[in-house]
Amino acid sequence: MPTLFEKIRDRHVVTRRGDDILLYIDRQLIHEVTSPQAFEGLRLAGRSVRRPGAMLAVPDHNVPTTPGRAERIDDRESREQIEELRKNTLGAGIDLFDITDPRQGIVHIIGPEAGLVLPGITIVCGDSHTGTLGAFGTIAFGVGTSEVEHVLATQTLWQKTPRRMRVTVDGALRSLVTPKDVILAVIAKIGASGGTGYAIEFAGETIRKMSMEGRMTVCNMTIEAGARFGLIAPDETTFAYLKGRPLAPPPSLWDAAVADWETLPSDPDAAWDREVTLDASSLEPHVTWGTSPQDALPVGGVVPDPEAQPDPSERARMRRALEYMALVPGTRMTDIPVDKVFIGSCTNARIEDLRAAAAVAMGRKVHANVTALVVPGSGLVKRQAEEEGLDRVFVDAGFQWRLPGCSMCLGMNPDRLKPGERCASTSNRNFEGRQGPGGRTHLMSPAMAAAAAVSGRIADVREVAR
Amino acid sequence: MIEKFVPLDTVGVPLDRVNVDTDAIIPARYLKTLKRTGLGVGLFYAWRYDAEGAERPDFPLNRPEFRGGRVLVAGENFGCGSSREHAVWALMDFGFRAVIAPSFSDIFHNNCLKNGLLPVTLPAAEVRSMIDALLAAPGGKVRVDLAAQEVTGPNGDVHRFTVDPFAKTCLLEGLDEIALTLKSSPEIDRYERERKKATPWLFLDLAG
Ligand code: SF4
Repeated sequence: MPTLFEKIRDRHVVTRRGDDILLYIDRQLIHEVTSPQAFEGLRLAGRSVRRPGAMLAVPDHNVPTTPGRAERIDDRESREQIEELRKNTLGAGIDLFDITDPRQGIVHIIGPEAGLVLPGITIVCGDSHTGTLGAFGTIAFGVGTSEVEHVLATQTLWQKTPRRMRVTVDGALRSLVTPKDVILAVIAKIGASGGTGYAIEFAGETIRKMSMEGRMTVCNMTIEAGARFGLIAPDETTFAYLKGRPLAPPPSLWDAAVADWETLPSDPDAAWDREVTLDASSLEPHVTWGTSPQDALPVGGVVPDPEAQPDPSERARMRRALEYMALVPGTRMTDIPVDKVFIGSCTNARIEDLRAAAAVAMGRKVHANVTALVVPGSGLVKRQAEEEGLDRVFVDAGFQWRLPGCSMCLGMNPDRLKPGERCASTSNRNFEGRQGPGGRTHLMSPAMAAAAAVSGRIADVREVAR
Repeated sequence: MIEKFVPLDTVGVPLDRVNVDTDAIIPARYLKTLKRTGLGVGLFYAWRYDAEGAERPDFPLNRPEFRGGRVLVAGENFGCGSSREHAVWALMDFGFRAVIAPSFSDIFHNNCLKNGLLPVTLPAAEVRSMIDALLAAPGGKVRVDLAAQEVTGPNGDVHRFTVDPFAKTCLLEGLDEIALTLKSSPEIDRYERERKKATPWLFLDLAG
């Protein structure tokens, strides 16, 4: 009767201490921002990396997304962090997909592409969106820098077992309604801290029908509901995605691996601490109005009125959010103009996302008041998109076609909002200042963001695409 | 290695907001450092300073009555969002040694314990009354005693809190967690040998 999470956990127990488990960590992904202090810590203590072969590193947060970045990065601190990553990984014998490597990209996107994220494994990264990788039926979670160091030194982490939540999504998604809308609706339903302390397993027919790309979008944003872990049971879709990837089990081990993976799904009589259901058949495209990902509503809706909110602390939060977002209650979401459109991030920069956005952009033009960026999640996504001619579709429509990286998802590299600018974004966080100081973010799917780009305002993609 | 946690008797700084995220605690542009120190300058930057870089006088950290306070008292879901440990480093660099809130994000809570910043979870109503008391009479003292697992509010009200026993020992004694784990190296070795037999495909090294 164990759950998927419990089965994976039980295979990774090295030893116990009271309620704590020393969990073996099969793999760790590393990026330039949360790792320098971890390597410094190792050096100061005279320790070495226990299993360099279980690590993979990539620069993504700091990298500019414009040509010439391999030769020159103007920002000194960004350059230093990228150089430091090079030094640290080279020194330890850790594989690095460097800035010139065709496989470079956002850390949560390159791992699956390389085939290093396999069902049943434990995998961590110094990044809260590591839960993305739970889409493969793994225990994947974000850690802080101290834990990055702990894994480098010991290949383990002390963990307590989280509570168990199952979110079951059933029903066929309507046309132009996407996995992003599913996860925004789930977060709106359970709240930004509804998943705190839980591992969430996503189940149901809607999830089963999703591609790996869609499943990764769903798991990516579980942290926005407060849960460190989002999991989906591995199945034929998972195995088909993995087969033949560079680090997937070779043919001689493939059948044994699949036989093992097929034992992982939660038992039918598994126990859950909390169950949530969502009917996907009536779901509308979603957008956010506020400064928390839980502030999502159907695109046909209006900006909510804080005064109608009975809870005083929630009322105060909503007032603050509206003030920051410069929005008036009752405004139709589709009447809100945008200055920028960002199609990218570890949530929505995989090939399917770009196809969905390109389908809307095709034959249309980016609105005169809008600057729109498309940032592929990795070099491999970029190459695939170019082979399919998507780059031409975007460029012809007036979008900028960029090099892979985190880009405008966070205000760290040159791509960021100016104070007061409003952005339709396919990323995962609409926090104050997330995309640049004073910037205002509306989260939505790639198709919806493309619709906003050509409309100059938030728009219902179903009307734009009609 | 973390500094030993000693009892605090200090001004309580109220931050009457829920869902305080780590982007608000320390904006991304301060994350370009290679060090753990010096991050206090960016703490709550967008809330402490206006667009011209002038202090916002009404923000609690800027009010003279609250300066030097080492305990922050805030609303639920404190530290949500990004895993950046820089949020903890920034709070500590600024001088904070404890944060009291009705709930914390899981990753932030972990990061606190690794660095010796004590996260104290108290019931929402108790936190509410503490924030109200601190706002009504700014400069009020809050006492935090980890050994006794007690917080004393500005009105002399005593609140018990729970803490993981192992984390408590680490905080009180300033232990190095990696050194402790390395004592389990024989078990880790044994685990790897067994796993290699059971699931050999997990040991195809990435660096080739
Ligand atoms: S794309 Fe955004 S959320 Fe994803 S890893 Fe990069 S900064 Fe983090």
